[in-house]
Amino acid sequence: MAIFLNKDSKVIVQGMTGATGMKHTKLMLGDGTNIVGGVNPRKAGTEVDFDGTSVPVFGSVKEAMEKTGANVSVLFVPPAFSKAAVVEAIDAEIPLAVVITEGIAVHDSAAFWAYAKAKGNKTRIIGPNCPGLITPGQSNAGIIPGDITKPGRIGLVSKSGTLTYQMMYELRDIGFSSAVGIGGDPVIGTTHIDALEAFEADPDTDLIVMIGEIGGDAEERAADYIKANVTKPVVGYVAGFTAPEGKTMGHAGAIVSGSSGTAQAKKEALEAAGVKVGKTPTETAKLARAILNG
Amino acid sequence: MDLFEYQARDLFAKHGVPVLAGEVIDTPEAAREATERLGGKSVVKAQVKVGGRGKAGGVKLAATPDEAVARATDILGMDIKGHTVHKVMIAETAPEILEEYYVSYLLDRTNRTFLAMASVQGGMDIEEVAEKTPEALAKVPVDSNEGVTIEKARQIVAQAKFPEAVAEKVAEVMVTLWDTFVAEDALLVEVNPLAKVASGDILALDGKVSLDANADFRQPEHEALEDKDAANPLEAAAKAKGLNYVKLDGEVGIIGNGAGLVMSTLDVVAYAGEAHNNVKPANFLDIGGGASAEVMANGLEIILGDPDVKSVFVNVFGGITACDEVANGIVQALALLKSKGEEVTKPLVVRLDGNNAELGRKILSDANHPLVQRVDTMDGAADKAAELAAAK
Repeated sequence: MAIFLNKDSKVIVQGMTGATGMKHTKLMLGDGTNIVGGVNPRKAGTEVDFDGTSVPVFGSVKEAMEKTGANVSVLFVPPAFSKAAVVEAIDAEIPLAVVITEGIAVHDSAAFWAYAKAKGNKTRIIGPNCPGLITPGQSNAGIIPGDITKPGRIGLVSKSGTLTYQMMYELRDIGFSSAVGIGGDPVIGTTHIDALEAFEADPDTDLIVMIGEIGGDAEERAADYIKANVTKPVVGYVAGFTAPEGKTMGHAGAIVSGSSGTAQAKKEALEAAGVKVGKTPTETAKLARAILNG
Repeated sequence: MDLFEYQARDLFAKHGVPVLAGEVIDTPEAAREATERLGGKSVVKAQVKVGGRGKAGGVKLAATPDEAVARATDILGMDIKGHTVHKVMIAETAPEILEEYYVSYLLDRTNRTFLAMASVQGGMDIEEVAEKTPEALAKVPVDSNEGVTIEKARQIVAQAKFPEAVAEKVAEVMVTLWDTFVAEDALLVEVNPLAKVASGDILALDGKVSLDANADFRQPEHEALEDKDAANPLEAAAKAKGLNYVKLDGEVGIIGNGAGLVMSTLDVVAYAGEAHNNVKPANFLDIGGGASAEVMANGLEIILGDPDVKSVFVNVFGGITACDEVANGIVQALALLKSKGEEVTKPLVVRLDGNNAELGRKILSDANHPLVQRVDTMDGAADKAAELAAAK
């Protein structure tokens, strides 16, 4: 089952013919992802060879969907052109758009989110500024390394890419149903809550690991959601206890403003919702392991 | 990036928000001419990126050009909540103020939309208004694609219950303020107070603007707004090398890949430091994906150049980044620094996991550098780095 992505997903890549798109399309194919096309209006009609796998390039998302039945798009489009590319994906009503691009202006991400909403949210947006998502052994839509872990029964949702990898590595012996990197920007499409809801409903997921970081109140709201709606065990980790107020810590959204968005407040909110929160990634993995091993 | 008041004023003026004349100076003597240009009297306003400067004595009236020089002399160099005043704005004196309001636009992260906020209780800390009299602060969502038309502005003004006599004028300001917000790719534009003066005019007397660094690619003029004087020299040097670095006040230098992992590394080091004389992380430094030898050398150079640093923790989980490249980067960086005549004396603790970790670890072991220690778990390496910093 897994969430959002599985072996039947047909994936296209917007920005496939750029250097980053080429590199990661090759890696995704290597992980077994069913990549059915790329999108680049200037190279429409051509084909790109990836170690013997030929991938056609289409002029638009709409055309790619009509010709291939694609239902997932992964975007490696530079920041200046990302808004137009996401809007194109929304207009084509592709069910899932995974926006890997880092550095998109907030006015652009707010605009495409408002647009998606106005169009009835037919397209689930993951990201921007995220590593994408992986359902180990089935499909990989983004830049998460496919060889860290195996299929298993943990669901992971995280704002951070490298902490996703770290956690998948710590729990590689147990394995993951799906791991979703939702991104570290102030405005993102899919939230912790969306992923929690999906993992709760997923029969292949027994336990959820949720990784948050400073900035905003997504973790606090996720805590409220867990308390009211999640019956599966949730283990949490929050990064940024030592971050000073008013400084952006790498991710555009990772900033403590005044007294809001602190790691301490997020940890307390999660613990109040019955979530066990680890002090380090390794300790968090231990908590998850202890719960699964009963 | 948060702007100074005078920069906010300039942007407001550029987009048609009504403001008073003003210019920024950095020497007391310049206050004289600036005040003369304003007709002989002025307000001398400290330029600091922190609230409460009025109470701290950072805003003074000057009835003559000589007085302006005297007030500028007092205020320049003053410390306001830890911020040294390097610049003052010589502003036109406001006509008699009858009422003070508050208006702003900002990003509402929770609802993933923009928000207009407006209140007839301006001139004070808006967080206090929000807390004590939330009903006095109107919050109206603004759809990014619809923007603020005059009709929308009237709706905001009505919701905030502005007096009828000023409602239309305030609505017009709300439209120009929205233009500022969008055209400048701002995350916040705030006017406090927005004043009704004796003539009946509406004026933005003080304001805050925060800009989105991600929009720099289409905002070439924003670079000039950076406060290069205030930047920590290490932060400035790191920025010049394209590194994502934040100086902190601890002793353990940190290099890692990925914002989340680096934030986590800081926390794990601080946690380990509790057992080692309370040492803390000295910085945040994310070298990002695909860390080349050059990036590693640049990062190490910045961190080793920080006199507060007593040990360094390099924490890498190779996702896309290959650990052998990171290890080569460390070895080459140390050689590079040595060839530049920079003596490296601070111990490095390196933890490599993930993509090509075995190869990376072998490279470090083979190099056998006297200052480099390998510890293969994150928590263990943090503990070792903290221990080494505490021992120095």
